Amino acid sequence: MENKRKERKGAVLFTEYKAGKSIKKALSMKRDDILLEIKESKLRGRGGAGFPTSTKWMLTAAAIADEKFVICNADEGEPGTFKDRVLLMEYPDLVFDGMVIAGYIIGSSKGIVYLRGEYEYLLPSLNDYLENMRKDNYLGENICGKSGFNFDIEIHLGNGAYVCGEETALIESMEGHRGEARNRPPFPVTTGFMKKPTVVNNVETLACVTKIVEHGGAWYKEHGTDKSTGSKLFSISGDCAKPGVYELAWGTSIKELLEFVGAEKTKAVQVGGASGVCLNKTQFDRQLAYEDAATGGSIMIFNESRSMLHVLKNFMEFFVEESCGQCTPCRVGNIKLLEGVEMIESGEFTFSYINKLKDLGKTMQVASKCGLGQSSPNSFISILENFKDEILNNGNGGSNGK
Amino acid sequence: MLVVEKNALTEEIESLVQRFGKDRSSLLKILHEIQKTHRHIPDFAQQEIARLLDIHPVEVYSVITFYAFLNTEPKGRNLVRVCKTITCDLQGKDAVCKAIERELGCKFGESSKDNKFYLEYANCLGLCDMGPAMAVNERVYTNLTPEKAVEILNGVK
Ligand SMILES: Cc1cc2nc3c(=O)[nH]c(=O)nc-3n(C[C@H](O)[C@H](O)[C@H](O)COP(=O)(O)O)c2cc1C
Ligand code: SF4
Ligand code: FES
Repeated sequence: MENKRKERKGAVLFTEYKAGKSIKKALSMKRDDILLEIKESKLRGRGGAGFPTSTKWMLTAAAIADEKFVICNADEGEPGTFKDRVLLMEYPDLVFDGMVIAGYIIGSSKGIVYLRGEYEYLLPSLNDYLENMRKDNYLGENICGKSGFNFDIEIHLGNGAYVCGEETALIESMEGHRGEARNRPPFPVTTGFMKKPTVVNNVETLACVTKIVEHGGAWYKEHGTDKSTGSKLFSISGDCAKPGVYELAWGTSIKELLEFVGAEKTKAVQVGGASGVCLNKTQFDRQLAYEDAATGGSIMIFNESRSMLHVLKNFMEFFVEESCGQCTPCRVGNIKLLEGVEMIESGEFTFSYINKLKDLGKTMQVASKCGLGQSSPNSFISILENFKDEILNNGNGGSNGK
Repeated sequence: MLVVEKNALTEEIESLVQRFGKDRSSLLKILHEIQKTHRHIPDFAQQEIARLLDIHPVEVYSVITFYAFLNTEPKGRNLVRVCKTITCDLQGKDAVCKAIERELGCKFGESSKDNKFYLEYANCLGLCDMGPAMAVNERVYTNLTPEKAVEILNGVK
């Protein structure tokens, strides 16, 4: 894979940066002042849930403990997401500098990158990069001359389980257990890795922090919308001329995005990966933003030749395989939803049963223990709703945005 | 398993425990290394890891069975994992898989007769913009065609 850093364009992340610059600046500032900049920026987590980063870090900074941890969530398992791969490969400076800054703010000396096992090929270059950071004293002891601030980063490889991207499952896995989500509370901010206060952040969130420290919260907030500040990296795949990772402003409409990547005869856009929602033509005016069509950045484009039932089946098979099986709504629910898809496929279905399954999906959304089961019914419900005429009415009925 | 093999395995695990520490949090790192060198985690290794980390062997087994990359049975020497998730699927993964099966004479979920390869499907590899994609051991290959996929496998030692 080639490094395209020089060609990439963006307003916030894909911009010039000199490695270490924000670390130096942060170390010259008071912890509270950096937190205020991050608060001012209104940065929200890029891993999907959109939790305000400053709140998470304030809570961890305030927790009293002999040890704290900074975890970079690089598990990136959501189908259709690959922006973190690009950041780690081409912009390790932004990501690792963000981790060092996080360590300084919360008072931690240990950062861990939880890298999905599928990205093992990135490991040598990442380790080389970390080694160079040590040489330059951006890692190690008394970093950049700041006495008492010690911080190092280690990389932990995952072993192929999507659910380990969920932060408490990730912590379980790092502690040597099955990757099963924990009950919350307590939250990782007070009781995380090894029961110590821990911040878990997405790769992109950490990269944003580096930029916020460099240019300030007010600068960051100039980009995007009022509720979704800054920009977003989108992983765009499927039926279009230019799939790839692009930095776009929050608030970009789906229509604009489709034009941007040269998508033609688009029938459907899946926003947010397999656990997101699928939109039809009538919804392409919607904006990509936390307040409208929220997403961790996965955009999959399907053109008119594609069978949406086939798409849905692929997603449901994914969830049946990846459910950790800990709680019943998710373990059994996903199997039932997949069976429903197979019934439709073979023509052996009743409308009343399909409606029951949609209700089951709504139950799963509230009754499942973690985000996997809470969001896996999203595609089932949205595809059967937004493409019901294609799937259930032999193409008649006038919906599907035709 | 021969006694010498057992002793060698014990030594290997001892040195891993030394490297990563005796804490439970070393478990997955140790399993990862054993899986890498032996392509599976033999029963005896499970017992020894359990003994050295002071946990029950069932705990070790239960962790192994949770993770897709860890397995208790030996598989073909080179692990071929083709992405079956939607974007690769729509970009032609079926034709790629069929070509591989024809060429190696075995199906997905099986090892080839000469035990050189094990074929399996993977979920999204994070290469959707360059599909169809596959991984052979730790390396990844993108924009596959049936012909290209077969050539890649023919080049594997
Ligand atoms: C099933 C599941 C998988 C997840 N996978 C990831 C992931 O790969 N990367 C990630 O950053 N967050 C993932 N998350 C979200 C994390 O639980 C967590 O919210 C996030 O890492 C917090 O970081 P942020 O605040 O910077 O977004 C996942 C959540 C669920 C429920
Ligand atoms: S919702 Fe699914 S993945 Fe999450 S804890 Fe329950 S069974 Fe496991
Ligand atoms: S769908 Fe195959 S790599 Fe993502």
